[in-house]
Order: sequence, then C-alpha cells, then structure tokens
Amino acid sequence: MLPKMKGRITWRALALGAAAWAAMLIAPVPAQAEYGDVVINNYADAAGMRPAVFSHWFHRVRFRCKVCHADLGFQFKAGGNKITMAKIIDGKFCGACHNGEIAWSVENCGMCHSGVPGTPTHIHGSTAQTLVAPPHQPLLAPAAAPAPAPKK
Amino acid sequence: MNWHKKTLYMSCALALFLAGSACSAQPQVTARPDGSIPVMDLSYAPDYKAVDEMAQSDVQVIHIAQVDDINSFNRNLKKPKGVHLPPAEDGLRDPQNEATHILAAPKPAFEGLPPTEFGNRVDWVKTLDDKKVRPRWEKEDPDAEPFVMDLDIVRPVKASVPDVVFPHRQHTEWLFCSNCHPAIFIPQKGANQINMSAILLGQKCGVCHGKVAFPITTKSCRKCHSKPKADDWKPPLSEVTLKNPWK
Repeated sequence: MLPKMKGRITWRALALGAAAWAAMLIAPVPAQAEYGDVVINNYADAAGMRPAVFSHWFHRVRFRCKVCHADLGFQFKAGGNKITMAKIIDGKFCGACHNGEIAWSVENCGMCHSGVPGTPTHIHGSTAQTLVAPPHQPLLAPAAAPAPAPKK
Repeated sequence: MNWHKKTLYMSCALALFLAGSACSAQPQVTARPDGSIPVMDLSYAPDYKAVDEMAQSDVQVIHIAQVDDINSFNRNLKKPKGVHLPPAEDGLRDPQNEATHILAAPKPAFEGLPPTEFGNRVDWVKTLDDKKVRPRWEKEDPDAEPFVMDLDIVRPVKASVPDVVFPHRQHTEWLFCSNCHPAIFIPQKGANQINMSAILLGQKCGVCHGKVAFPITTKSCRKCHSKPKADDWKPPLSEVTLKNPWK
C-alpha cells in the first residue's frame, strides 16, 4: 500500500524510501560470522583454494584451549603457525585430530577451505577490527628512540 | 543569479574557509609531510610485536564514511545486522562451496547455554562450571581432569575504575600454565606492566581477550575490573592540575 498523507500520495517519501533501500542493497554487508572465527589465508589463495576458516566456538565445546595451544603447539596468532597441508598429513597442527580417528580426515577439503576467496588472514570480530580508530598512543611516551620499522 | 543564491554561495565559501582555518590552527595529530602518522615509540615494551590484525579495508571504509555521509546518524557505530547466522549466510564462508552448508550452525549449538551480551553471546566459563559442555583436557582421553589452580591476583589500577582481580581458577580450567607463563606474563609480582592500550593492540590479556575470549566492550569492563576502590580513594591529580596557576 502506498504511503498517504491527507489523502495525497507523498512521492517524496516514496523516493526517499527507494533510495534508502537501494543504499542498503548496494552498500557492502559486513561479515556476520561468530566471534573468534579465524580466516587463515597464508597460502590458500595462492594455491587456488578458498581460505581455511576455523571456528573457535565449535572446537571449544569439544576441547579446552590447552589441547591445541599447549599440546599441539598452535601459537596465539592468526596466520602465525604457517600451517601447510604437508604438516597436516604428517599429523601436525589440525592433522593431530583431523586424521580420520578423532575427527574427519583431510580429504574433506571444503569443510575447512570454505572461506570467501580473497579474504585476508584475520580473526573475525576481534576488538582491533571493531575499533573506530586505532588505539591511542599512551601519554608521555619517550620521544627520542628510533621507531621500529613496520613489519611487512 | 539572484541575491539569495549569491548569499548562499558566499556563506558556503565562508563556512569552508572557517572550517579549514580551524582545522589547520589546532593540529591534533602531527602527521609527517608524506601524510603518515609516526609509529608509536615502544622502547618501554621490548617484547611488543606490531599487530597486523586490523584489516586495511575497514580503515578505508571508515574514511569514505566520514567524507560521504558526515551528517548521518551514528556513522562510526558498527552494529551487527544479525547474530548466530548459519555458515552459508555469515559472510565469511563461501555459499558456493558445498561443504559450507554441512558445517555446524551456531544458533542451535548455543541453545540452553548461559548467555552474555558480547562475543559469542555465551558465557563460556559458566558453561563449563555448569557442566553444560564437556570439552576434553587431553585430545584422546575424555576423562582427563585439568590441573586447576585457585589463586586470585589483585592488580591495583591508577584510574578510577575498580581494581582488577585476575582469577587463576577460570583460566586454568581451560589453559595450561605454559600458555601464559613466562612468554606473555612473567610469573612474578610487579613484573608485568599492563595497560588497556596494549590489551587493545593484542598484547598481554589482549592475546586472547578481544579475539577469542570475551571481548573488550563497555559491557565487559567489570568482568576484570571487579574490586571496588576503598571508600577513601580519590583519583590522583594530574601534574597540570597541581601546577594550575588559576586554581
């Protein structure tokens, strides 16, 4: 039904509504995945695979942090483990469980390699990503020391 | 061109000129000639490593938003449009990939778990305490028990927010000593300088909190800042206030 005001169709309201809808449809929709989902794209895109996506929520229901981060040697850093399929089939990293015994085996490529192609390595929903501006410099930081070169 | 149009253009030009001069008169951030901002000096934190978690695209989106739609309501507030979306709709996973549709959906998995207002919107510590889930401590032994240490560390805070109480029990239910000691926290009183900037940058507590453990939002401050200050506590006055000639 058309919006009416004092018996007259308000074309201006209609046009505004249409513009708002168009803006909503055209504007890129940010990802709404779970907090703690990790995209790992160190090598996947370059090898013609979708990036791997790891769900922290799914795994923490089944294992405590200690299993992967102490016993299996996963560093607390997205992309910091340099995981390759060769390491996985040798039973390292994901391959410690994804070996067909504790969890499904590596022939199920798409279960991990499910990310939107081109997505960079990152932790989804991290506080650093949600900040409007980067964290502020602390006051009275010593001034003279040479700044460390940014890592690439 | 009639007179009121002329006045409009003139006032626009005047406003632009005033805004420009106001901005240039008070530089808040001293940018270098090439436009970059100086890298934070970190000589006081030798173990600091640059954080590259921030996606470049997000920064660009913010700048476009600031230029395009300056008067829009809450232009810098990012709100999620939905929670616990199934994998095929979450924007991170590719719906073109058939296996995406087989992956577990969070919504049914989180049913009946104690809720919170942030992160996964699940209180994972309470979930474990209530035995709603039984995550393994050893990957092949479902009955292995964790090595739990019940020791609270109180950290006084300079600012007016409540002091921090760090509970070892909740952390050792999930983690092993070597996860934090000594790489992230030196196990010695007074040896660890922690501030919220470092945490937001992903150091210290921020190695997990703000990434996978509960995030840093206004609603979660009091989870750590939980010990009220003494009744006679007053915020320390800053140097400029003490030296203020007009006080």
